[in-house]
Amino acid sequence: MIKNLTLSALTALGLSATAALAAGEGGHIHDVDFSFEGPFGKYDQMQLQRGLQIYTEVCSSCHGMKFVPIRTLADEGGPQLPEDQVRAYASQLLVADEASNMHLFDYDEGAARPLTENDHFPANNAQNAPDLSLMAKARAGFHGPAGTGINQFLKGIGGPEYIVAILTGYTGEEKVEAGTTYYENTAFSTGWIAMAPPLYGEDVEFADGHSNELHHEAEDIAAFLMWAAEPKMMARKKAGFVAVTFLVILTSLLYLTNKKLWAPHKGKKTTL
Amino acid sequence: MSGIPHDHYEPKTTLTKGVERRLPIIGLIYNTLMIPTPKNLNWMWIWGIVLAFCLALQIVTGIVLVMHYTPHVDLAFASVEHIMRDVNGGHMLRYLHANGASLFFFAVYLHIFRGLYYGSYKAPREITWIIGMIIYLLMMATGFMGYVLPWGQMSFWGATVITGLFGAIPFIGEPIQTWLLGGPAVDNATLNRFFSLHYLLPFVIAGLVIVHIWAFHNTGNNNPTGVEVRRTSKAEAEKDTLPFWPYFVIKDLFALGVVLIAFFAVVGFMPNYLGHPDNYIEANPLSTPAHIVPEWYFLPFYAILRAFTADVWAVQLVSMLTGGIVDAKFFGVLAMFGAIIAMALVPWLDTSSVRSGKYRPSFKWWFWLLAVDFVVLMWVGAMPTDGIYPYISLIGATYWFAYFFVILPLLGVLEKPAPLPASIEEDFASHYPGAAE
Repeated sequence: MIKNLTLSALTALGLSATAALAAGEGGHIHDVDFSFEGPFGKYDQMQLQRGLQIYTEVCSSCHGMKFVPIRTLADEGGPQLPEDQVRAYASQLLVADEASNMHLFDYDEGAARPLTENDHFPANNAQNAPDLSLMAKARAGFHGPAGTGINQFLKGIGGPEYIVAILTGYTGEEKVEAGTTYYENTAFSTGWIAMAPPLYGEDVEFADGHSNELHHEAEDIAAFLMWAAEPKMMARKKAGFVAVTFLVILTSLLYLTNKKLWAPHKGKKTTL
Repeated sequence: MSGIPHDHYEPKTTLTKGVERRLPIIGLIYNTLMIPTPKNLNWMWIWGIVLAFCLALQIVTGIVLVMHYTPHVDLAFASVEHIMRDVNGGHMLRYLHANGASLFFFAVYLHIFRGLYYGSYKAPREITWIIGMIIYLLMMATGFMGYVLPWGQMSFWGATVITGLFGAIPFIGEPIQTWLLGGPAVDNATLNRFFSLHYLLPFVIAGLVIVHIWAFHNTGNNNPTGVEVRRTSKAEAEKDTLPFWPYFVIKDLFALGVVLIAFFAVVGFMPNYLGHPDNYIEANPLSTPAHIVPEWYFLPFYAILRAFTADVWAVQLVSMLTGGIVDAKFFGVLAMFGAIIAMALVPWLDTSSVRSGKYRPSFKWWFWLLAVDFVVLMWVGAMPTDGIYPYISLIGATYWFAYFFVILPLLGVLEKPAPLPASIEEDFASHYPGAAE
């Protein structure tokens, strides 16, 4: 029995050992205590709304979010904007790069038609700015130690933390190589990133008067992008909780059934 | 070996008699469920039921996912996001399917190592073992092709690297690779055929699972002592066994429940832990990821593939002897497939007359070293190919082959086994002193 356990434990260790090597090994990335972490963590609705504001006013001038339907802004477990606000929001969205959004193109008008809530956020990669729909799941903030995957098990994969680290990791140094300006960034894998610092602090005014210091803004946009990447996180955790609870009850009953069933053959008395 | 003596199904009513005379299906189900099973089976004998559950889970979730998935290079990635965002329960279906593959391999490795320790592969169960190995190979093919379908960066580059292995075969490699891919590189034709085969192979696996179960139902289960059930009479056989229903069904379901608690915790709370962040980036043939890492369940064999580089003397020797036909790349491919073939050949490589590792004092140590070796290879398979890692891979790969081709054949001759219990009944009674009636 002990050996069986050892074998299981060893294999489990091997199993966790492997998710360790993930994309983009950069500088040191600090763990951020996001509200949505852990089995019971929830998105902070107000934080997601602030993040949406930063995305709209800052990020969206270069980046797109082509996989995210605008209507999901009203969904439960997300920013949960009222539906009329979502409609109004959609109609004022600017399609900056029409070549990337040909499906939104109106040939009669010769320009992109106004968006509705059933459209997705505009795509925009005119300046090689990657799509942000899945950014929070496409980067790993944490690795190791020594390829064991323990850090990712304890702290999460660290996508949102990576975003915070990038946004707050600029040193102010610049260099020009082959006509492209690079900005020194302590969190980026090569140390030099082509994205100009997008946030400096006090870039947006929040209606709720929340702090707009740089690190607050960075956390808000990271949380919003996590929601954009994983909009069903709340539903998933709830389903997981229900499944685990149900299985614990079912398994306990099966344990007792099994014990009683085998007792006569093992020469044991059972009180059940 | 025509099975263990037991009561056979006797139809009692007019209806069942009539059905049984035309198609003996009730008898087949009855005999399958009531098969006499060694009563001393331990908790390592539960992985079969977990595997059966995994196959069913993968087929059911997979069929529904297919209803919403589009196998086209321009649409595949977006259709997966459509499943994640728009399809009712789609995110759960996809996470169950993706993590279901991990549970499948986790269970199959424990199942295989159980067989290796208790000598389940030995006569008369060689065919059960061989069919199991074929199932395992098909699982790897299915898992690999399934990972390509979301059309992320790791999907694309994993497919490029793995199909490139076939390109390493001398002379005919490149035509084979082109034939597999349906073109000069991984593209729409590749995605379509992988999708087709990813749907087909699970049903081939299901068919082989039935043959696998049929085979060991004919020989009877192995058990932790490796001592056969006495089968001179029904009364004697009943001292060693209990019917599968209800004793082992309930035991297995309890164990499945424990496994599923962990599984649903992973699916619900950390569904991307075993995945790779790069696969949330859409496939881009123009941008190669910094590290191309296969799924965790391929890593031990991936490590063996990478272990044999051009500066290993054995590789240089083989290369020289074959006039350069077997180069380092092809050597690695041969080693990787050879590592799996070694496992398949184990019924003939193990010369010991004693089945269970429990009664083989030296074997135990070598076996546990193999288990550790497997975990180390899995770890090193995800590490970079510089520094100390290639040496660890090489040592690990060498031990893997040494275990099967040197240690097992020699141990059977050199080792003095411990005395075996006279019967399963005696073994069971030694665990449960109150059991002697």
